[in-house]
Amino acid sequence: MTLAARERRLGWGLVAPALLWTLAFFVLPFVAMLALSFARMEGREVVAGFDPGNYIRFFTDWTLFKALVTSLEITAVVTVVSLILAYPLAAIIAFRVPQRWQRLALLLAVLPFWTSYVVRSYSWLLVLGQNGVVNKTLLWAGLIAEPLEIAATRTATIIGFVHFFVMLLTLTIYANLIQLSPNYARAAQDLGAGRIATFIHVILPLTLPGVVTGAFLTFVLCIGDYITPQILGGNNELTLPQLIMLQLGRSGNFPLASALSVILMAVVTLAYAASARWLRLDRL
Amino acid sequence: MHRPLTALALVVLASPGYAQELNALVWCDHTDPALIAPFEEKFGVKVNLKEYEGTAAGLTILDQSQPGDWDVLVIDAVDVRRAVEAGHLAELPADKLATADFFPELVMAENNTVNGKTYAVTEKFGYNTIAYDKTKVDPADMTDMATLTSGKYDGRIAIYDYYLPVLGLVALGQGTATADITADTLAALKEPLFALKKASKQVADVVSAQTALATGEVDIMVGGGEWVTAVLMADNPNLDWTIPRQGGLRWAQSIGVVAGSTQPDLALEFVNYITSPEGQARLATSSCYWGMPANAKTGDLLTPEQKATLRWDEQPGFLARAQLYPIPDAALDTAMQDLWTEMLQQ
Repeated sequence: MTLAARERRLGWGLVAPALLWTLAFFVLPFVAMLALSFARMEGREVVAGFDPGNYIRFFTDWTLFKALVTSLEITAVVTVVSLILAYPLAAIIAFRVPQRWQRLALLLAVLPFWTSYVVRSYSWLLVLGQNGVVNKTLLWAGLIAEPLEIAATRTATIIGFVHFFVMLLTLTIYANLIQLSPNYARAAQDLGAGRIATFIHVILPLTLPGVVTGAFLTFVLCIGDYITPQILGGNNELTLPQLIMLQLGRSGNFPLASALSVILMAVVTLAYAASARWLRLDRL
Repeated sequence: MHRPLTALALVVLASPGYAQELNALVWCDHTDPALIAPFEEKFGVKVNLKEYEGTAAGLTILDQSQPGDWDVLVIDAVDVRRAVEAGHLAELPADKLATADFFPELVMAENNTVNGKTYAVTEKFGYNTIAYDKTKVDPADMTDMATLTSGKYDGRIAIYDYYLPVLGLVALGQGTATADITADTLAALKEPLFALKKASKQVADVVSAQTALATGEVDIMVGGGEWVTAVLMADNPNLDWTIPRQGGLRWAQSIGVVAGSTQPDLALEFVNYITSPEGQARLATSSCYWGMPANAKTGDLLTPEQKATLRWDEQPGFLARAQLYPIPDAALDTAMQDLWTEMLQQ
């Protein structure tokens, strides 16, 4: 056996566990879910077959399709708001905080990660409620006369999401910023660029992979999240994951739930395709 | 390398040496250690509990399990027949059950018995009706369901996120008995259901509803009852519930032995423990939610305060005014859930 053949064999041997894992726990379940999405319900029984009815129903029934629209709207707002908040935070940590304190600053930034996701969502419900901290503070300051209706609204869902994803984006953007040589900014300034021009034409393009990677992760995790809209949204509108859970928990309609899940995966795949050019997962 | 092994050995040695394990698919009220520990100690077994929500989810778990995986099932009394038809429940020896001590209305033979064979026994019941904070609303208003959509309480209502009891309540509000809900009568419920949603702040599951009532986010819960207010009473004694003049719904949960259980005798012992006065008293006041025990002899073991919270003395009147959940066939069930989904999207 030649050296090249031996190395190739060794390479396959090293990759095999990961490939098998992916095959067993992603590819096969996905194929099963895809097949189930073309089954149909007869009474309470699942009948196998090739019936595109679940997909046709989704795209023709506004009650179902609206869940995707709602999910996309919420995800878009969350991603943009989180980016706007996370970028300056990451920049401050990377460039303004002394290096010996950066680790602590990052630790503080991700501290909320340490609590349970469910507990954190319920905590937000208490904070945003009519008798919560936000309303009490605003009333005390005389800024409002009546408590604001924040809890059990889309705004509450977005706030809960943004709280979580600002932390995630801060980490991905910080990881990118910290790898930038200060010489880039110095060179730009030597050539007469001001701070804003340096940021727009030098720093931002160089950190775009981190930004897009963080935004993609935010998009994927946000659009697939069930807990936050369920707890904070007050069930006043359904997102796609909530609609899927409704089919699983209450209806037992696995074919429709599978079709909805396939559509959700298709949306995520489209998002990946749109951002693939800039994605740098190795920089995380 | 030795330390984890040593730690593992200590954990194993420190654990009680149970000879047997009993696997039960239950609702959250059964996970209270105060309920389960006495049975485990008496029989020297470990009871493994898995919570589920919604009959469809429970039956799916059983569908995907092997015979012998589960020994005991807790299920909505109105869904016992469905579980029997799916082959998930084993016949129980009727002569070994404590039903003679039950409130007569709670024997529910029409639900727990199929073709003359008993498959489950009622263990706990209560009401899906109107729960409220009596300091925030006029209690007199709560006796009439029409008040909820009159505009007086807009934005102060939570709807319990379970289509069967709420659609049942809406039907009662329209003068339709729960048993008379059909595909034809369902259409007439759309407008009042949507009107109720419009007047509401949120559609909430159990924990969210309790949180909303406890924090004053809402003052009324449609579909609530003692199961919502009892656990909050200590912190908020102003919470109350009533059955409006149009009527309310009675929920009931049953317990049975899963078909294919490899230890049916032990499973039956568990069923009998849960339906004994001792088990019933603990189940009625479980930490997850309270509810009336099916066994009338439990009254001797409950404190006066507990009985007052459960409104023990008012049960004859409540039972007379409450109807059972609708029991839809598959087609009607789908239509009801579609209507519910449409309501959520409004």
